[in-house]
Amino acid sequence: MHQENFITKYIFSTDHKMIAKQYLITGIIWAFIGGMLSILFRLQLGFPKESLLWLKPLLGNWISSTGKLDPEFYLALVTMHGTIMVFFVLTAGLSGTFSNLLIPLQIGARDMASGFLNMLSYWFFFLSSIVMFISLFIGTGPAGGGWTVYPPLSALPQAIAGSGMGMTLWLVSMTLFIISSLLGSINYITTVINLRTKGMSFFRLPLSIWSLFFTAIIGTIAFPVLLAAALLLVCDRSLGTSFFLSDIYIAGEALVHQGGSPVLFQHLFWFLGHPEVYIVLLPALGITSEVITTNARKPIFGYKPMVISMFAITVISFGVWAHHMFVSGMNPFLGAVFTFMTLIIAVPSAVKVFNYLATLWRGNIIFTPAMLFALGLVSFFISGGLTGIFLGNSSLDIQLHDTYFVVAHFHLVMGGLSFFGMMAGVYHWFPKMFGRMMHQKLGYWHFWLTFVGVYLVFFPLHYMGIGGVPRRYYAFTNFDTFSGFVDLNIFVSIAAIVTMGAQFIFVFNFFYSMFRGQTAVKNPWRSTTLEWTTPVKPMHGNWPGVIPTVYRWSYDYSVPHADTDFIPQHIPDKKVKISAQ
Amino acid sequence: MFKIALIIIIGALVLVASVLLFKLLQLLQKKKSPPKNNNNQQASLLLSFLIIGLAIFFWYSYTRFSQYTLPVASVHGVLMDRLFWITTVVTGIVFITTQTLLFFFSHKYRFQQKKKATYHTGNLTLEIFWTIIPTLVLTVLMFFGLKLWNTITQPPKESIKNTTVIEIVGQQFSWKARYPGKSKKLGAYDYRLIDPVNELGIDFNDENSFDNFVSNVLYLPKGKPVLFKIRSKDVLHSVYLPHFRVKMDAVPGMPTRFWFIPNKSTEDMRESLQNKNFNFELACAEICGRGHFSMKMIVKVLEPEAYETWVQSQKSFLYKNPTYLKKVPVHLQTKAKKKAGILH
Repeated sequence: MHQENFITKYIFSTDHKMIAKQYLITGIIWAFIGGMLSILFRLQLGFPKESLLWLKPLLGNWISSTGKLDPEFYLALVTMHGTIMVFFVLTAGLSGTFSNLLIPLQIGARDMASGFLNMLSYWFFFLSSIVMFISLFIGTGPAGGGWTVYPPLSALPQAIAGSGMGMTLWLVSMTLFIISSLLGSINYITTVINLRTKGMSFFRLPLSIWSLFFTAIIGTIAFPVLLAAALLLVCDRSLGTSFFLSDIYIAGEALVHQGGSPVLFQHLFWFLGHPEVYIVLLPALGITSEVITTNARKPIFGYKPMVISMFAITVISFGVWAHHMFVSGMNPFLGAVFTFMTLIIAVPSAVKVFNYLATLWRGNIIFTPAMLFALGLVSFFISGGLTGIFLGNSSLDIQLHDTYFVVAHFHLVMGGLSFFGMMAGVYHWFPKMFGRMMHQKLGYWHFWLTFVGVYLVFFPLHYMGIGGVPRRYYAFTNFDTFSGFVDLNIFVSIAAIVTMGAQFIFVFNFFYSMFRGQTAVKNPWRSTTLEWTTPVKPMHGNWPGVIPTVYRWSYDYSVPHADTDFIPQHIPDKKVKISAQ
Repeated sequence: MFKIALIIIIGALVLVASVLLFKLLQLLQKKKSPPKNNNNQQASLLLSFLIIGLAIFFWYSYTRFSQYTLPVASVHGVLMDRLFWITTVVTGIVFITTQTLLFFFSHKYRFQQKKKATYHTGNLTLEIFWTIIPTLVLTVLMFFGLKLWNTITQPPKESIKNTTVIEIVGQQFSWKARYPGKSKKLGAYDYRLIDPVNELGIDFNDENSFDNFVSNVLYLPKGKPVLFKIRSKDVLHSVYLPHFRVKMDAVPGMPTRFWFIPNKSTEDMRESLQNKNFNFELACAEICGRGHFSMKMIVKVLEPEAYETWVQSQKSFLYKNPTYLKKVPVHLQTKAKKKAGILH
């Protein structure tokens, strides 16, 4: 092994494990920023009459002299919360972390196919983070047109101040982010295809690898389309083109743009935007498969159906995007087609839930914090998935579109689910990352406060949505129709603050355990997969000697007659000890 | 209220902080507490979560029913609500069954020292079964959904003839409605003709524009089909009438439309809700800038006769702003004055 100094080991590292940690810690920092932004707007929604003057030292002009949050700043908060959570936390923080950590370790490779590209991928993400972070502090405020940045709002600084410098930085940051994501994805795909160890056939891969593999494929196909949309938007904003703009009269002036279509942008955006949902969903589901099967001490039920359903999701995810656009004014015939496709994609998702339930059935379940988070994830998958059946049905979506019903739906099935997948992964693979165990009881506290908290925050929003309350509203008092949920809003805000507070338990546990946690043993969860065959603190290159050969599939738990309740993948049949019974 | 909330929050945070502090001290002292059976405890917690959670869900859904259900005031809205509740029942059954199984299995199959998990790797029959069942259920829901979608988006030909056409225009941050006059025809428009008075850019080269009038309140006839022609002057907006189950984006450069039949008048609603101040409202449902949350238009649904009377009593745009007669081509001046109600 080559010599490593501080910089090559901790900063410009090409070791996939170090890059995974870099992604994870950057992701955690972003999650806190994103979470704090949501607390700010929850304060506004829950306690609209209270003075927020005490926030003036922090937010300056965004708090008016009477202590009110500026409505444009409210929109900026919502926009940045969405952007940060979807891209920086749940895409980079989740799939960046676990693709890097798990792919080489679980397929039996010394590192990624290209360590250098991998490093480049992280540093592009870091640059993108810096740009987005700077945009929070500029005078006109960060982008404020919603995380979907629909033009013309996002293209015209006359329409909202955030569409000036803030939006420019948003576009620069997203461009860097997409480059990072593509560099990563290409590397993950190449590594999975080419660097599997001897005996590791595709159908012996753990489901986590399958999920990360499919995620990378989706990312490679979908992200360039967003890049195209972003570049065209840049042209409209700066070069006077009219891809998305037409017939606009704003601020006392008729603009010259003609012939463009805002709906075109929506198509391009959601062609990434919907697969993006699966980019954040699939890794979480893959992690859950690992955690559930390990802790239920039982092979995953229906391995091949699980792979096939993930494959089906991957393919169909490219044919459902316009269900975000049922009332955008597009041809109603398209609405019918996309309703059909959307309800089809619910089938593989349902199959996955049933397989998880069947895996638990007659298991012997150990409730580690990781396992609890995985179970919580399945619960969110059910709750949030089912409301998708309402929203995917075009005729019901007419009423529910852009109401709090949508907010509730995607925060459970995309936000909560992926966040829980990330947490399950962190608790489960912490010993692999840092050679120490996380504190179990703190993990329990963290889980229960978060699990109950997420339900208390997001479940009530369904009722508001059925009641017709539109999302992205700074206040509900202007409409008699929407003003009936004052108590519910207060309740949700309190629940959100407590849930956010509970995350400090995690942060404490994470950093404390990193240095002071109990030292891990080689295979603390008695798991079958290859990553636990490395030394407790694997060096650059992962295995000191030869890479183990694989003799069996990933899930030989509780094999009848074997004397242990798990047989790791690298144990050949003849070495399996048969119990006396 | 704020103070109570603040006290609760601070209380909760203090609780969390003290637990953390306690743990920290415990960890620093390296005092090992005797190993307890955490596993059974967690299993019981999961089961209690299910029971308490479902109890709260049912209690809230039942007792607050009237608070979160919006009265419906359009023909297709009734059908839409029916489909909504059918979907709620179907998904509700699945929700309760699967959540129960999830937490019940977690509890029942918790770790026991002497037991060993069953080695099941899968079952093709089961997989086929739970692929086909959701497919069938979803197909049925989709069938009803698409049928309704057709009803909403493709109005019957015979009712198109006597449809009242109204143009709704969104701008930062208000709505305007333009009505055709006696000729029942909306005139042309062009965004380049917009000025502070002619806010909608009405084109007076078109004789259909002469009797058009603009209103800040949206009046609709009860029981008569209405066609909204929707456009936007600046950014995206979305015409949203919650009680009528109507939503359609307003897109600059691309007119959109929505056809429906209101079937309850404002008076009907005031009576049935016993609320004399009730009004239908039109809201914006697409983020459009700082005033997005206040983009309101009052909607009044009148009995057809009252609606006709209201239409007759409205003065045309040209009548109110005679300076715009200058924009009318010379050979149409007299016609314009007549249609606009300036000359009789």
